[in-house]
Amino acid sequence: MIGRRLLGGLGNTVRDYVESLGYATRTFFTMLGLSGGLLRRPRLIVEQLHFIGNYSLLIITLSGLFVGMVLGLQGYYTLNKYGASESLGLLVALGLTRELGPVITALLFAGRAGTSLTAEIGLMKAGEQLSAMEMMAVNPIQRVLAPRFWAGVVAVPLLASVFSAVGIFGGYLVGVKLIGVDAGAFWSQMQSGVDLWKDVFNGFVKSVVFGIAITFIALYQGYEARPTPEDVAGATTRSVVISSLMIWWLDFMLTALMFSR
Amino acid sequence: MQRKSLDVWVGLFIVIGVAALMFLALKAGNNSSFSLAKTYEITAKFDNIGSLRPQAAVKASGVVVGRVAEIAFDDKSYKAAVTLEMDSTYKFPKDSSAKILTSGLLGEQYIGIEAGGDEKNLSAGDKIARTQSAAVLEDLINQFIYSKAAEGKDSN
Repeated sequence: MIGRRLLGGLGNTVRDYVESLGYATRTFFTMLGLSGGLLRRPRLIVEQLHFIGNYSLLIITLSGLFVGMVLGLQGYYTLNKYGASESLGLLVALGLTRELGPVITALLFAGRAGTSLTAEIGLMKAGEQLSAMEMMAVNPIQRVLAPRFWAGVVAVPLLASVFSAVGIFGGYLVGVKLIGVDAGAFWSQMQSGVDLWKDVFNGFVKSVVFGIAITFIALYQGYEARPTPEDVAGATTRSVVISSLMIWWLDFMLTALMFSR
Repeated sequence: MQRKSLDVWVGLFIVIGVAALMFLALKAGNNSSFSLAKTYEITAKFDNIGSLRPQAAVKASGVVVGRVAEIAFDDKSYKAAVTLEMDSTYKFPKDSSAKILTSGLLGEQYIGIEAGGDEKNLSAGDKIARTQSAAVLEDLINQFIYSKAAEGKDSN
């Protein structure tokens, strides 16, 4: 009897997960389908872009600067053992444009903006604002989710570019100004080794994918939170945990696709 | 439409983001695989290409004059067939020779072209007849050991 109950419970759990995945996919496509109306009201996107883009700029810039400076120091330490300290610029630029820029930006964005999106929408739901919208024949997916989603998709790649650019500047500060690597070699090695399409563009594609994933996970967790204080808190935690795991998994898949050749 | 101070800040954010992307594209990266310059393709066969890779530089007197487009194995002659994409502003005589060289001791391999004396120039589809393979470290060590052994015999 106990075995049957365990098996039934397991089946139920799996079924719940699969069902919520399907529901999330349906919500995603509903949101995409309803996004056309945003073209008539671009102000909604601009407001959200200000909220999640501009306010994330400071933490992204500072993190990028420090990550670049640390890469400069650590890279120099290792490269110098092989007498290849001139390649420092290449190491910093490749590391940032291919991996660290998109990934760390995505993680920071999940923490800085994703949580606030989840909490905001969760509280809207708890305060029955979403139900009120529905009563007024305003679709909350179109009015609340879609503008935030597109703002996130636009903001993350731009933030990742800022992160990489500032990071390269940080690497330059430490490598050239502090340690004394030749400035000409720093830039020329970087330029000869970093390819516009293979490295810069693929990194950009990564950050677009991360932007789609994080923003949608954050929105969905808020939208599907039960309207209680506990579950809004839980949804905020889930938003960060699922986003972070998703970022690592997507990063591995995309890296394998893009750079394995 | 009414303008608000919000627009300025969002505009600034977009400008900063796009400027960063431009910086990455123009200052940090290079445009090797996407070039609008006209090219012509020539081929060369090598006994051994070492670790030459597609997109490697083709240089004459140290100046980049083209890129390696494709590397394949030719099972008729049992040699590596390398297709070179040459910048069409540079012309070379038909009897020019190609060598696989290494930049620095452990650097990347590239193809060096030495101009010959023919009056006709290489054109699209032509083949470079005289080639020199990559120097493989094991071969060099073998040669060194043999020459040392030969020296030892002479002194006895």
